Amino acid sequence: MSDIADRVKKIVVEHLGVEENKVVENASFIDDLGADSLDTVELVMAFEEEFGIEIPDDAAETIQTFGDAVKFITSAA
Amino acid sequence: MFDMTGRNVLVTGASGGIGGEIARVLHGAGAVVALSGTREGPLVALAAELGERAHVLTCDLSDAASVEALPKAAIAAMGSVDVLVNNAGITRDNLFMRMSDEEWASVLDVNLTSTFRLCRGVLRGMMKARWGRIVNISSIVGATGNPGQANYAASKAGMVGMSKSLAYEVASRGITVNCVAPGFIATAMTEKLTDDQKGKILTQIPAARMGEPRDIAAACLYLASAEGGYVTGATLHVNGGMAML
Repeated sequence: MSDIADRVKKIVVEHLGVEENKVVENASFIDDLGADSLDTVELVMAFEEEFGIEIPDDAAETIQTFGDAVKFITSAA
Repeated sequence: MFDMTGRNVLVTGASGGIGGEIARVLHGAGAVVALSGTREGPLVALAAELGERAHVLTCDLSDAASVEALPKAAIAAMGSVDVLVNNAGITRDNLFMRMSDEEWASVLDVNLTSTFRLCRGVLRGMMKARWGRIVNISSIVGATGNPGQANYAASKAGMVGMSKSLAYEVASRGITVNCVAPGFIATAMTEKLTDDQKGKILTQIPAARMGEPRDIAAACLYLASAEGGYVTGATLHVNGGMAML
């Protein structure tokens, strides 16, 4: 697994308090990992800080799953 | 009770009578305060009076870029903003039928839109800290209305609806959002009233006196404190019984 995916996973595990093995490619933050809408905003904030990038609101809306997040950050970082 | 040691507070409109007293009281309870206002002179004087733990941040709230920059400047000065008191406000009174778009927009812009922007600007840090207090200074006229103040009353009522909505969104993160609604408070503004005008006002106040800036500051201290943490989305009316809401 890439370094980016590891760092994203760490943030998700810490923030949502979920088991690491639940954070898989297609895991939806809201449907599978128990996030509410505010959690998703906070996750995006945490990704921005961890990777030193700006994630615009319209892009943030497309980040629904762990895989989406890794893909977006890989292309932006 | 109400110890504010270690808390960083941003107060807008700190050059005015009520805002200055809010800063004084929170500072007295141990907080670090950032004093914001348009007029630098009174802010510098207040900072000198308070001594340590006081910062001056001049800001014109009618200018969107300045408003966006204020939370960042406060964080740069203090390290964080744990408590935001949106106290700044303006009036442009006129009869409804004579009120211009400009009079309407300028009051909504400074009183309501800048409050929205400042809240948004401090939320990121509060969310991360899982702790925050926002106190928005509304007004009795936001609840009762007042002839000649359609714009001001709308801005102050708008603040209440906005605060309640935000309170819902962030309550689970340890952040409270409340309003304090002052009635008639003795400040430089009310000094200009004639004795006759003051007398008429007093007949409408069961407490039979005007409020003091300290009465408002005490309400803010309660809502900003750790002890006030279970109060959110509320409007605390401080008006001597003038309107029992």
